[in-house]
Amino acid sequence: MSYIGKPKISHPKATKNSIGLTKRDYEGVVSTLCAGCGHDSVTAAIIQAVFELDIKPHTLGKMSGIGCSSKTPAYFVSQSHGFNSVHGRMPSVTTGANAANRDLTYIGVSGDGDSLSIGMGQFAHVIRRNLNMTYIIENNGVYGLTKGQYSASADIGSKAKKGPANQQKPIDPVSMGIALGATFVARGFSGDKEQLVPLIKAAIRHKGFGLLDIISPCVTFNDNKESTKSYSHVRKFYHQVIDTDFVPPAEEIKAKYKKGEAMPIHLHDGSKIVFRRVDKQYDPTDRAGAYAYLRESIKKQEVTTGLLYIDKECDDMHEIAQTSDCPLSKIPYDELAPGSEELANIMNRFR
Amino acid sequence: MKPTNIEDPNYFHKVVDCQWACPAHTDVPRYIRMIAQGRFTDAYMVNRESNIFPGILGRVCDRPCEPACRRNRVEDKSVAICRLKRVAADHRDDITDRLPKIPTKKNGFKIALIGAGCASLAVANDLLPLGYDITIFEALNTTGGLMRTNIPQFRLPPETLDEEIQYILDMGVDLKLNHRINSFNEFLDKQEFDAVFVGTGAPKGKELDLPGRFESNNVHIGIEWLESVAFEHVESIGKKVLIIGVGNTAMDCCRSSLRIGAKEVKVMARKPRGFFKASEWELEDAEEENIEIIVNHSPKAFVVEGHKLVGMLFEEMEYQIDDKGNIDRGKVIREKIIYCDDVILAIGQDNAFPWIERDIGIDFDKWDCPVVDETTMMSSRKGIFFGGDAAFGPKNIIWGVAHGHEAAISIHKYCSKEDLNHRLPPGMNLASQKMGMHEWSFSNDYDESERRLMPHVDLKERFKQLNIEVELGFTLEQTVTEVERCLNCDIQTVFTANLCIECDACIDICPVDCLTITDNDDEDKLRSKLTMPAENTKQDLYVSEALPQTAKVMIKDEDLCVHCSLCAERCPTGAWDMQKSTILLPYAKDELISNVVSKNSNN
Ligand SMILES: Cc1ncc(C[n+]2csc(CCOP(=O)(O)OP(=O)(O)O)c2C)c(N)n1
Ligand code: SF4
Ligand code: SF4
Ligand code: SF4
Ligand SMILES: [Mg+2]
Repeated sequence: MSYIGKPKISHPKATKNSIGLTKRDYEGVVSTLCAGCGHDSVTAAIIQAVFELDIKPHTLGKMSGIGCSSKTPAYFVSQSHGFNSVHGRMPSVTTGANAANRDLTYIGVSGDGDSLSIGMGQFAHVIRRNLNMTYIIENNGVYGLTKGQYSASADIGSKAKKGPANQQKPIDPVSMGIALGATFVARGFSGDKEQLVPLIKAAIRHKGFGLLDIISPCVTFNDNKESTKSYSHVRKFYHQVIDTDFVPPAEEIKAKYKKGEAMPIHLHDGSKIVFRRVDKQYDPTDRAGAYAYLRESIKKQEVTTGLLYIDKECDDMHEIAQTSDCPLSKIPYDELAPGSEELANIMNRFR
Repeated sequence: MKPTNIEDPNYFHKVVDCQWACPAHTDVPRYIRMIAQGRFTDAYMVNRESNIFPGILGRVCDRPCEPACRRNRVEDKSVAICRLKRVAADHRDDITDRLPKIPTKKNGFKIALIGAGCASLAVANDLLPLGYDITIFEALNTTGGLMRTNIPQFRLPPETLDEEIQYILDMGVDLKLNHRINSFNEFLDKQEFDAVFVGTGAPKGKELDLPGRFESNNVHIGIEWLESVAFEHVESIGKKVLIIGVGNTAMDCCRSSLRIGAKEVKVMARKPRGFFKASEWELEDAEEENIEIIVNHSPKAFVVEGHKLVGMLFEEMEYQIDDKGNIDRGKVIREKIIYCDDVILAIGQDNAFPWIERDIGIDFDKWDCPVVDETTMMSSRKGIFFGGDAAFGPKNIIWGVAHGHEAAISIHKYCSKEDLNHRLPPGMNLASQKMGMHEWSFSNDYDESERRLMPHVDLKERFKQLNIEVELGFTLEQTVTEVERCLNCDIQTVFTANLCIECDACIDICPVDCLTITDNDDEDKLRSKLTMPAENTKQDLYVSEALPQTAKVMIKDEDLCVHCSLCAERCPTGAWDMQKSTILLPYAKDELISNVVSKNSNN
C-alpha cells in the first residue's frame, strides 16, 4: 500500500468514453495489497474494460468473497454497487442479487482458495444455473490473505516461498468449468493486459456465466523460482491458443485476418468476438475437443490461455426460470406481494 | 532505441525543466525545498551560487524558467519560481560570513572589467576569491549598469541593488566610477592588465527616423529617458503620452510616465497581442495601472505644429495569421492621428562600441557586433573577453550573469596558460531519497493548489512617489502554499532493468500514464504506441535495457511525470527508485589549474 493516494491529476489528453468519463473515473480507493501483487494488475484490466465498454458505474454490481483477491472490488469503480460477502459464498449472494435486479452488470471477483476449496459447491452450482455474470478467479496457487498456504490450484511439486513442495493434485478451474457446462471459459494472465482486457470485455458482454481464470502471482508468498504460479514460470510456459478481439456493437471489424484464420462470434447485444487461432488445431466451440486439449496441455505443463470455450446459445438463469423481463426490484410492492389471499390460491394449485 | 545513458548529466538535467532553461542553471527545486523548510538563508545561498543576485532577480528576472516549468504542462500555471526567489532574499539572515573568503595574498594577475553591470560583477564575484586583482571601470557615477538606469525603482528598489552589489565590491574591487573609456586602443596600450572583460551592455536605444522626428523636443528614446528619470534629470512629462513598442522597456516607460505626471498613456503596438515582446506578467502589471495597449498601429509620422509635438500619425493594419500561428506583413486599412504631448520610443536596443577602434584585432560582424566565442566568451583578440548584452546583443540580467561565470573560467584558464576550450564538463550526483517503506525525503504528494498571486500596493498609493515598490512580496501563507506546488523534478525516477519482474504495478499506479512496457522500436514508433502517445518531442523518452523475463523494454515519457514516487512505492523489487540528481556546474573556482596560478610562479 502507499501512504498517499493516487494524485487527482491526470493526463491532460486523457480520453473520455461515450458517456463522458475518463478511465480515472472508474478507479476505486488506493489498493492495500502488497506492491507487485498480480491482483492489482487485474484490477487495472477491469477498469480498462468497463471504461471501454462505457458502463455506467451505477449499473455495475461488484461481488466477492474473502481473500486478497476478494478485497479488490474496493479498488475499482467506487461509484457502483458492491457486496463483499462470506468466504466462498459470493456465487449465492450474486444469484440473489441477480434474481432481484437482472439489469445490473455483475462482476464477481474470487480467488483460487475462495472458489476451489470452501466455495467449491457454490462455484459448481452457479455454473449450473448459467447465471448472467462475469466470474473472475484471481489464481495464485495460495491463500494469500492467510499468509500463503497452498490452495487447491497448486501444482504437484510446486514450492512456495516457505515450507515443503505441494503434493496434492491440483484442481484446474478451467477444465472443471468446461466439464460442468460453463458457457464461457477463458484463461488469462495478470501480466498480459493486451489479452486480458478483451477477454474481460467479452465475458461481461456474454449473456450467461463467464468464467475467467486469471493467473495472478502472489508476489509475497508464491513468486519464487520453484513456484509454478510465479511471473517467470508463467511467462516461460505461456501458451496462447486463441487471440481474442472484442468489437463493440456499433463498430466494424477493423483488424485484418487471413482467410480461414478469423472467426467472428456475434453476441446477443450486437457486439462481436473475433478469434484468431494461434494454435491451428484449437476450436473454442468444440467442448469435448477443448477439454481433451486442456488435459494434454496440462501434461505438457503448458499454461494455456485465451478464450477456451464458448456456447452462446444456452439460456441463462432468468430464461430458464421464465422470470419477468422487468427486474423484480422495479416491480411495485403490491404487485410483487399479491397478499395472503392470492398466496392461498397459488398454494391450492399444488394440493 | 538504445537504452538511455543516465550517466550523462544532461539527461537528468533536462528533466529539471526550470534549471535547464535558466541560463545560469539555478537549482530551483533545491532552493524551493529549503524555503519549505524555513531555511531562507540556505535558499538564498543556493541561488547566489549560480545567479549571484537573488534579491534583484527575484524581482525583475526575465524568468525563462517559468514558461519551461513542468507545471504548465500538467495543469496550466507554472510554479512562481521568481517570487519564491524573492522570498528567500526577503527573509534571509546576514550572509556576509557565508561569502567566500578573499585571500590576502594576491596571485599577481590584474584584470580589468569595463562597465559595472551584472556581467562584470559576476566575473568579479568569481575571480576575487581566487586571488585576482580586479579593477572595474564605469562611465557613470554609480554601479549596476542597466539594472539601475533602466529598471524603474518601483520595480527594483535601489537598496536591494546596492546591497547585493556591495557584497561583491566588498570582496576588494578597485572601483573606478566616472571613468569612461574613450579609446580602447589607448587603454590596452598601457598594458596594465593581464586580461580585459567588456561588460558595457547594449546602451543605445533604436531610433525611429520618421518625418517630424527631430522637429520637437518631445520625442524621447526609451532607455535614455529611463536613465534620466532614474537620475532625476527628468522629473515630468506631458499629460498624454504614447509609447511606441511593446517590449519590457515599453512597459517600464509607460508605468514611469504615470508616476511623473502623465494621465493618459497608450502603448502602441504594430502587431496583435500574442506577438508582443513583453513578458505576459509585465503586460498584466501595466494594464492593472490602466495603461491602454492599442494593437495593429504602425507609426508613420510625427505630427508637429510649430515646434510642438501634437500627435502621431499611424497606419491601422490588418493581418492574416495562418494555422501555424505565422503572421503576414499585413495591409493598411486606414490612417489615423493620435494626439499626444510626448512620444517615447521603445523599439529595441543596439550595441554601441564607438570607443573600440576597429583595427586593434577585435573583429566585428556585419551588424557591428564583436565576434565572440559562445563557449569561452573571448573575442578574436586574445585576452579580451565580452559578456552580457555587449557580447551577443540585448538579452537580460540572468544571461549577463551566465556569461560572467563562463568568462571568469576563461580568464582563469587564460592567465594560467591553459586551453580555454578544455573546460570541466558538468557532473552529477544521484542519491536515493527513500526513507522507509512509503516515506521519501521530500513532499511527494501532488498539491492541487493554484498559483498564488503577488499582492500589490494599492492603486492610489503607488503613484504618490516614483520609488514605491509595487510588489509586496509573498506572505508566509502564500509561500507555504506555493512551495508545495513544485513538482521536485530533480528527484528522478531511476530504473534498474534487471530487477523488474514486469508485474505492471508501476504502470497501473502512474496518475499521468508515463510508463509502458513494450517491444523496443525506433523512437517515432515507440512514441506512438505508449500508454499515452508521447507527443511532446522536446521531452525525452527514458528507455531501459531489455527486461529479464520478456526482453521487452520499460519506457518512461518524461513529459508529464509529477514525481509522485508512486511507481517506486508500488514496485515490489525496487526496480524504480527516486533519486535526487544534483547537477554539478563548474565555476572558475572548480577548475583545477595545472600550473599553480600565481603570476610569479608562472614565469
Ligand atoms: C469461513 C472462513 N474460513 C476461513 C477463512 C480464512 N481465510 C481467509 S482468506 C482464505 C483463503 C483465501 O485464498 P484465495 O481465495 O486464494 O485468496 P488470495 O488471498 O490468494 O487472493 C482463508 C482460508 C475465513 N476468512 N472464513
Ligand atoms: S499476500 Fe499475495 S495475494 Fe495477498 S496482496 Fe500480497 S501478493 Fe497479493
Ligand atoms: S513518479 Fe512515477 S508514478 Fe509518479 S508521475 Fe512519475 S512516473 Fe508516474
Ligand atoms: S513495479 Fe517494478 S517490477 Fe513491477 S513492472 Fe514496474 S518496475 Fe517492474
Ligand atoms: Mg489465492
